[in-house]
Amino acid sequence: MENLYDVVIVGAGPAGLAAGLYSARARMKTLIIEKEKAGGQIVTTNEVANYPGSILDATGPSLVARMVEQAEEFGAVRIKDEILKVELNDKVKVLSGEKDTYKAKTVIIATGASPRYLGVPGERELTGKGVSYCATCDADFFTDLEVYVIGGGDTAVEEAMYLTKFARKVTIVHRRDELRAAKSIREKAFKNEKMAFIWDSVVEEIKGDGIVETLVLKNKKTGEITEINAPEEDGTFGIFPFVGYIPKNDLFKEILETDKGGYIITDPDMKTTIPGVFAAGDIRHKSLRQVVTAVADGAIAAVQAEKHIENTFEA
Amino acid sequence: MLILEKNNFEDEVLKADGLVLVDFWSDGCEPCKALMPDVEALAEKYEGKVKFCKLNITKARRLAISQRVLGLPTILLYKNGEKIEEVTKDDAKPANIEAMIVKNL
Repeated sequence: MENLYDVVIVGAGPAGLAAGLYSARARMKTLIIEKEKAGGQIVTTNEVANYPGSILDATGPSLVARMVEQAEEFGAVRIKDEILKVELNDKVKVLSGEKDTYKAKTVIIATGASPRYLGVPGERELTGKGVSYCATCDADFFTDLEVYVIGGGDTAVEEAMYLTKFARKVTIVHRRDELRAAKSIREKAFKNEKMAFIWDSVVEEIKGDGIVETLVLKNKKTGEITEINAPEEDGTFGIFPFVGYIPKNDLFKEILETDKGGYIITDPDMKTTIPGVFAAGDIRHKSLRQVVTAVADGAIAAVQAEKHIENTFEA
Repeated sequence: MLILEKNNFEDEVLKADGLVLVDFWSDGCEPCKALMPDVEALAEKYEGKVKFCKLNITKARRLAISQRVLGLPTILLYKNGEKIEEVTKDDAKPANIEAMIVKNL
């Protein structure tokens, strides 16, 4: 059959790129489809301190650039397209994209996750107007302005620290009375003079005429509502919610088994409930979502894809 | 694509006749860099009908904010110097940008 790929990988984050590297290196005809930017969420992070072997000043983009180069060096083909429909049940899988249709003996789903929205009035309307989920994209705008970071986990606190390099003041708003972030991260945050904290509080609403002007908070213990207005001389401020992630599962949630949060359930070999279909990286149900676990998933999925082809197509 | 700066924005965009598209980007914005080749392809396709420009906001932050741009990537479409439509963040996809252009041609 013409243009039948051994492995089609959906998503070019660390999991997809690692799968592509292993798959292409095993001489399988490999295609990586990405709808947006290569690298997934990690390229919106400035610092990658905990990936083994990444040097002290490694950034998300630099690490990903090397992963892309390595996968392509072994022959993985990378294209930009958005998959809109999948038919996975047959022996040959068909993926229909905006630009083209792709046929594959195996599919590795590495679509990842995206930041969770707060789900409050004004949030969507003011996204890109002061509300941002990407500190590296938008930090520049808030040079010498004030910024509010929503959340208390590792990502929230690390991104808040990054934003202190630009903003005049960065305030973390957290729904509990202590941070969930790792101790080493917490300690750095508490030492940073530009950081402030508002505890036991959640966002009720974001307001503004075309740009963010007011953040409405509610204290969970007292029920008190506080309106934070932009200082007059600034006219606006930044709001960066980092309150967890949601899986990018739209194409798969109806046809594959997922957990309550919508993450795809696999066995230890990355196999989903459909033979020849694997999941790797943040999209998968697991306990730790990091670059180091994503690339491991990708490698396992690629090796298992090869086994599936041997058993199903070459037997 | 025409490269905009603080000192030519007014002449090239706000005082310009016809349709002008401005791609706001920055060095730190990876989604912007991924999108740029698609915008460049549209620039070729609509040459003569729409003036395509790009502005690196790193050195023109206040100018961007004055245009109500506070997040990247953002693509603004101007007609006779007036901002008429925009796409930003997740909506700033090639198909949406082209739809915005076609609608206003």
